[in-house]
Formats: sequence, C-alpha cells, structure tokens
Amino acid sequence: MNANTQPAAGTAATAAVMDCKLDKIFYGNFMAVRDSHVPIEKNRITGFIGPSGCGKSTVLRSLNRMNDLVDGFRFEGHVHFLGQDVYGKGVDPVVVRRYIGMVFQQPNPFSMSIFDNVAFGLRLNRYKGDIGDRVKDALQGAALWDEVKDKLKVSGLALSGGQQQRLCIARAIATEPAVLLMDEPCSALDPIATRRVEELMVELKRKYTIALVTHNMQQATRVADTTAFFSVDISAGTRTGYLVELGPTEQIFGNPREKLTRDYISGQFS
Amino acid sequence: MRNLSVSGQPAPSLQRKLAGRSLRSALLSGLAWACAVIASVPLFSVLYMLIMRGGSRLNWEVLSELPPAGFELGGGFGNALVGTFVMVGIAALIAIPVGILAGIFLSVLGPGSKLATVARFAAKTLTGLPSILAGVFAYALVVLTTGSYSAPAGGVALAVLMLPIVVLTAEEALKMVPKAMKDAAYGMGCTRTQVIWKIVLPTGMPAVLTGVMLAVARAAGETAPLLFTALFSNYWLFQDGSLELMGPTASLAVLIYNFSGMPFDNQIELAWAASLVLVMIVLVINIVSRIIGRPRF
Repeated sequence: MNANTQPAAGTAATAAVMDCKLDKIFYGNFMAVRDSHVPIEKNRITGFIGPSGCGKSTVLRSLNRMNDLVDGFRFEGHVHFLGQDVYGKGVDPVVVRRYIGMVFQQPNPFSMSIFDNVAFGLRLNRYKGDIGDRVKDALQGAALWDEVKDKLKVSGLALSGGQQQRLCIARAIATEPAVLLMDEPCSALDPIATRRVEELMVELKRKYTIALVTHNMQQATRVADTTAFFSVDISAGTRTGYLVELGPTEQIFGNPREKLTRDYISGQFS
Repeated sequence: MRNLSVSGQPAPSLQRKLAGRSLRSALLSGLAWACAVIASVPLFSVLYMLIMRGGSRLNWEVLSELPPAGFELGGGFGNALVGTFVMVGIAALIAIPVGILAGIFLSVLGPGSKLATVARFAAKTLTGLPSILAGVFAYALVVLTTGSYSAPAGGVALAVLMLPIVVLTAEEALKMVPKAMKDAAYGMGCTRTQVIWKIVLPTGMPAVLTGVMLAVARAAGETAPLLFTALFSNYWLFQDGSLELMGPTASLAVLIYNFSGMPFDNQIELAWAASLVLVMIVLVINIVSRIIGRPRF
C-alpha cells in the first residue's frame, strides 16, 4: 500500500467496499477536511486516528451522509459504495444510511425495550421474516444475548454503559449493513467494557466491514488492520484536517513514512 | 487526642454553634418550611370546606337530575356535568392535535425559524390572556356566526385557553428528547418524519400528556369563557332522543356561578356539591396525568 494521499494510488490489493475521496468538506465557510482519500476494505477494520479537531469524525460521518443533517455542510469529492457514488445525483441519504450503519460515541439506545431497540431497523425496513430470530442473532452477534435473554422487555436505558453500547451495536447489525461506521465507540466506556467491545469488533469483521474512529492509539493497534492518520493544517489561519498517511497498522505504528505520523505516535505532537 | 493540631495551631472546635451563620441557616430553613406549608393550605382548606358543605348533598340524584327551578326542592346538575364533559371534549379535540403538532414544529422542524419565534411569543402571551377574553373571541367567532349560544362555542373558548399550555409543554417535552437518540434514528435510515413519529413523539409523550392533562383540568374549571358562549341551560344536551348541540349548554362552572348567588338554600347546597364534583374532576385529572407522565422506560 502507498501513502494514499494521491487519489489514484493503489486500492486494488483487496476488495474496497468503499472508496472515499474527500476533496473538500465544508461547514459553511469553514473547510473542515481536505484532500483525504480513504479506501475501506472488505472484512477489515480501518482505524482513523489523529489529534482532536483533525476531522476524523467529520470524515466518518460523511461516509453515510450523516453530515447532511448539519446546516451548512458541503462536500466535494466522491464516496463510492459498491460502485455507486453515495453523493451521486438522485441518491437518497436515508437509503444510504440503511446500508451503512453507525455506532456513536455516546451509547444512545432508544427509550424502548431491549427487543424493540434491536427490532427497530428491521421494522423500519419492513423485514418479512421472523423478527425474533434476527433480534436473537443480532444480540448474539453483539455478545449481549446471554446477559439480556431473560429481560428482553426491559428498557434499553436500564443497562450499564457497556451493555448499552453493545445494544447499539446489535441494533446496527440487526439489519446486516454492508459497512459499520463506529465513532469512538469506547470513549464513554470503562476499560473492561472497552475490552469487550474491542473483542466484539474483531469478531464482527468476519461478517462486516468496519470503519473506526478512535482517539486511543492502543485501541487502533489492537483492532485496526489498516490505520489512517489524520492531522490538522493550521497554516491558512483555520484548522483543516487532512489525511497524512494510510497503511497497514503495523507499518503506521512500526515504521511510519511521514515525520508527522512518527511524532504523533511517539507522543511528540503540539 | 486533645493535642492534635493543624500546623502548630490549637485544634479548631468543630462543634455546631447556634449563632451567626448556622443561626441564619436555621432561620431560613424554617421560613422555607413554613412557606411550603402555607402553599399547600389553600388546596386542603378548599377541599375540607367543600367536603363539609357539599359532601352531604353528594349522591346519585344530584349527578343525574336536572337543576331545580326557584322554590323547587331536590334536583341536581346532571346536565351541567354532561355539558362540562362535552365542552372540554370539544376543546380537547381542537387544542390537543393542533397544540402537539405546533409543539413538533417549534421543537423539531423549525425551532429557529421566524414562524417559530412568532408562534412561541403568541403562545406565551396567550397563557396570560384573561380567560373572559377567550369567551369574547369565541363569541365573535362562533356565537355571532351561528346565531346562538352553544356547546361548540364554549368548546372553542376553552380550546383557546388550552392551546398555549399544550403548545408550550409539548415543545418543552419534545425538546428534551436527546439529540443522540435522534442521531441514532437518522443513522438507522429514518426519514425526518419517521424520526418524529417513531422516536421523538413516543419518547416525549409522557411529558406531553402531563401538559395535556393540566390544560384539560384548567379548561374544566373555567367559568368566564363560557358565560358568553355556552351560557346555561336547564335541559339536557340530549333531549327526547335528539342531540341539541347548537343551543345554550349547561356547565358545572356556570351552574356554580349562577346558583351560588341565588336566595334559595337548595340551590346554594347544589352549588357546593357541584364545586366538590368539579374539584374532584380536576384532582382526578391531575393524578392521572402524574401516573401517565411517569416515564415507562
């Protein structure tokens, strides 16, 4: 793999489910991200790391058009998902989000029962099969089934933080999305819950493709196959994030090509 | 132990002294306690009074019979009870859907829009509107156009009073639904309408219903707006198998107002009994609103 700041650089090694070429992302007049090209490979975990304000969450939320909900959001570039541009003409962001699921920083279960939380997406998509089976599968997939199987009617909000986050993961995978975007999914969790969610992510990549934003570099080394390092460019008087380097996690952490990356992972960043 | 000291100084006394700060604190606590008692006095003294004066007359007869004429004995206020329910029902049918939908607009669809600013200002002003003016409004709008005092006219007047309460409490309740929860719904692939119907409304509904019930309770007890709109009637709304909706309609509040000024003991007793019934209705509605207002999850 090359340092993928150049759009044309090789992405052919394994099948890229998503090819994300983020030329410019604006919030109003503020350019939040520029010139970042991130391929998301199938059945891999792609980790996004970088200092605060480097736009890694913005990038992630652009991939399923969650940023369309933000006033003033403007996007230049393309996000190819299974051959179609997510930002193409006539594409409905609502439909995009049904295929590219999301897990958020704060566990955010709906104020309904555990079962209804997981069944939500299935009902939304008018799933024809046995909803109960799929809910069970999803909860097992999220390593939560054994803890909640006797209290499926209990509120999702009654669970602990770590359980809530796994419930949100179950909710996201119940509809079997092609890609799962995870935006710092462990930052609100304690170390034990974090470890469980990390194990779960590694488990999930067999079936799903994951893009993971994390501010925790150890987490990236533990779970990410590919790591993308973003940084902030303050030269133009504003803070614009961009992709510095992208490569296999061992290479990024063991033998980074860019000085910025080396400084960041060794803790020498300003 | 006595020789323990902080940095060479003799140990400070940790005993409570009833002077200075602690004295002021104790006095203030006592004052707040006393005021809390005073605040609950009116309800309980009114209840006590009503039960004493009206309780003895309360039976099935007063709830089911028509008001007595001048020197007549017995009788009741069955028609006024029905009239109150019908008019509050009409008001609820108007004010609740309009109020909740307006609340959705103010909280979710366009919280920062010009229209929202105007509507919010209108609702806040309307909560302070003298209730008699709601009656004047409904008089002009309904009584003059239909040519008669009626239950729908009374219902419209009460709806004007209920509307701002429903709008403002619905807005507050729906605003409390966490953004993270809405984001989760969008992330699942919900349209904005689906986010509102499947997440925002169900999550905020208990709190919305509390506001709705308080508005209903307020409307049930109003007299002034009904004086020019429903007036009063000594007959049933359903008379001889036909529904006389477009004629003057009795209500508990107006019956109390009319009967309490009469020189007949029977009517005055009935006014007390009707007051008791009205307060019970308001009390029950408030209790129900507390029960359904409890979050289910």
